[in-house]
Amino acid sequence: MSTEPVGVDPRDQEALALEGITVRFGSVTALEGAHCTIRRGTVHAILGENGAGKSTLMRAAFGWLTPDAGTIRVHGAPVRFQSSADAIAQGIGMVHQHFMLIPAMTVTENIALGGQGRFDASTTAARIAEVARKTGLPVDPTARVRDLAISAQQRVEIIKALVREAQILILDEPTAVLTPDQATELLRWVRSFADAGGTVALITHKLREAFTVADYITVLRQGRTVVSAARLALSESHVIEALTGTGTGTGVTPASVEASTVGPTIRIADLATERRMVDHIADAPVLRLDGVSYVDARGVTRLRAVDLAIHPGEILGVIGVEGSGPRELLRILAGRLAPTSGRVTRPDAVGFVPEDRLHDAVIPTFSLTENLALAEGGHARGWMDWSRWWGVTRDLLATADVRAVGPDIPMATLSGGNQQRFVMARERRRATAALIVENPTRGLDLNASARILADLRTFGGNPRPAVVFHSTDLDEVLSVATRVVVCFDGHVAEVQSPLDPNDRTPYTRAMTGSDGAGDVISAERR
Amino acid sequence: MTEALLALWDGAFGSSYAIWSATLVRSAPLLLLGLGVALAFRAGVLNIGAEGQFLMGAISATAIAQSMGGTVPSIVMIPVMALVGALAGASWAGIAAWLRQRFGVLEVISTIMLNFIALASISWMVRGPLQEPTRIYPQSAEIPGPAQWPFLIPGQRLHLGFVIGLLACGIAWVVLTRTAIGFRIRAVGASPSAATSAGGIAVAGTVLRVFLVSGACAGLAGAAEVGGVTWALYEGISPGYGYTAIAVALLARLHPGWIIVSAIFFGALEAGASAMQRDAGIPSVVVQVIVALVILGVLAGSQRRVIAGAATLGAEGRR
Repeated sequence: MSTEPVGVDPRDQEALALEGITVRFGSVTALEGAHCTIRRGTVHAILGENGAGKSTLMRAAFGWLTPDAGTIRVHGAPVRFQSSADAIAQGIGMVHQHFMLIPAMTVTENIALGGQGRFDASTTAARIAEVARKTGLPVDPTARVRDLAISAQQRVEIIKALVREAQILILDEPTAVLTPDQATELLRWVRSFADAGGTVALITHKLREAFTVADYITVLRQGRTVVSAARLALSESHVIEALTGTGTGTGVTPASVEASTVGPTIRIADLATERRMVDHIADAPVLRLDGVSYVDARGVTRLRAVDLAIHPGEILGVIGVEGSGPRELLRILAGRLAPTSGRVTRPDAVGFVPEDRLHDAVIPTFSLTENLALAEGGHARGWMDWSRWWGVTRDLLATADVRAVGPDIPMATLSGGNQQRFVMARERRRATAALIVENPTRGLDLNASARILADLRTFGGNPRPAVVFHSTDLDEVLSVATRVVVCFDGHVAEVQSPLDPNDRTPYTRAMTGSDGAGDVISAERR
Repeated sequence: MTEALLALWDGAFGSSYAIWSATLVRSAPLLLLGLGVALAFRAGVLNIGAEGQFLMGAISATAIAQSMGGTVPSIVMIPVMALVGALAGASWAGIAAWLRQRFGVLEVISTIMLNFIALASISWMVRGPLQEPTRIYPQSAEIPGPAQWPFLIPGQRLHLGFVIGLLACGIAWVVLTRTAIGFRIRAVGASPSAATSAGGIAVAGTVLRVFLVSGACAGLAGAAEVGGVTWALYEGISPGYGYTAIAVALLARLHPGWIIVSAIFFGALEAGASAMQRDAGIPSVVVQVIVALVILGVLAGSQRRVIAGAATLGAEGRR
């Protein structure tokens, strides 16, 4: 497309330019004319909430998916990537959030994978050692990947890109899996790599990271670029406004915000009022965590000395980005995960709606009746009274308004929304004390999501069970919760409802760990 | 060709002798073995070791019958043989179960290896501790009279083991469909993650128990074969019943009721094959080809799901 002479062009500086990128998955638009120009020798942070399109944009840049519209230029020349091999040939390397390494193979073998021609271990190892020395990323070429710590595996991924002559590195949430010290070290390396002439696109949730290390910041919201500017030209509050779509001057008109929040969510203003009305202190807590910590199998600390009390009748919304602890918090409350240390006080009558419905909550080939009985599968004794279970299932389908032909049909024949309503109704049946709900609208369309959220809000019973609810969608949490806690870096703290019910700044600040959140956390933790 | 098929049919169903003394006699071990395999597969355990568990059952039943001698009455002797055979089969399966849970060894591998060990054990037994007194033939002495299982019909060779097989299938069917234990087995086999997360079911314990029961079925089949058919132990006691049992289980789609039909079908093929070889001069390997085609046909059909599901479970169970 470009026939302009190169050299006098301001594009001379650009390493990777994305213009008007539109990506649709079926009826869902993931990116709508997103743009971003990454200059040579700079660190460019790509910020956005979950689902804003950060990863999708970078996948387009890496040739993982072909955009439906838009232009990609590398060093000023337009390119069309058929696959990531094309992007690699153009000097682009990507380090994914989930590493693409084969654990049983050595570092050398992993890096040689995808190469051309004969594989010579010693040549490759020498090349790795050379790159490692030049870039200051220590790695042992002969080590097996499964024996390496996460941070070392990440270095292998980076070196893999560099060995293939990548000048532009795309890092997808690189610090999510690292300890704070390791994260600092990595960011320091990213800085030095850019100072030496390399180019880095850094996808991140964390505001502070962007402000620490980046030269340029692009903020995506709902598939559009809302801010793309030099870091020095931006303030943190400006970026937070852009992230959440509140305030003015973000490039998002109030009308588009309005349009984007209709659908499943109930008006936030109504809720905040309700949020203040629920009296949490009235009853003794049903669930209690005292100094609960959790270290996962990889040795990453997911929760740090969490104290939390959950009272009957409240709907506790848990927010926090992936990896910051919400998943572990919910699973410990649900009794599906044993804490590394600390004390959990929980009754038996706790229901759990896991995120991966078809894998963890139901058996698709079993009938609805059998799936209902499954909830008591572990402690049932003797004969199964299937006629009773059949009747219970029929009643449950009616009361929970699950659209199904009858109790005998296989679970797999239900729509996702009806499956989820079934699971929620089943878990509520046993959850007289508390119900733990993890990302209940995942994979559901707008209408189904709206019904699930409405169900959550109206959970009844006497006494009303406590509900703990996590969603990656902040709007969903705010539309349901009577109280909100945030997980950040393994700490859990309550977020005070802002006076303006439509103001989401405190929540976003807390999730991204920007300065304000520190205050909230320290105040809450006393 | 027609002649061959006629010979096959005659050998399987052509006369009352063919039915009651050939087909059903060969179906008897397949009932218990097929059931054992089906139960294991139902719980996601790929027990390929029915052959070895069968042989260990046969060895143990022979040994206990010989050592108890001819003075113990049948009413005591037969239950003891059955029990000892079942225990031996369960222990043999237990080795594979322990290897799976302790070291994550795939039971597909370990049970096959244990088959070879069982086969070698029988070779040693019939040349060593259990060899007949003259020490000429590689087989045991005939088991004493009270240890010989009763025939069901005068003049025919159909024995008690067939009834035990039918009963076992019936019991398994009731257990799987009507009881909490059976429900847990099915849930664990269908989705170990949902069984754990939604049902609070102890997957490892359920898997272990089913594995042992599966081995017990095979061991019982071995005892029944010695007590009801061969009355002695020798190396060729099983013409590969333990492997045919996998086909029996798959053709029955792991359903205990259909195991009966499927076991009789394969029993008829076995019986007919001998007749075909005798009367039409067709090598019995032709029947093995038919058996193999049946297995492939079944695998290509609906069972693909079951196997894939079981394989997935196997991988997850060890994580």
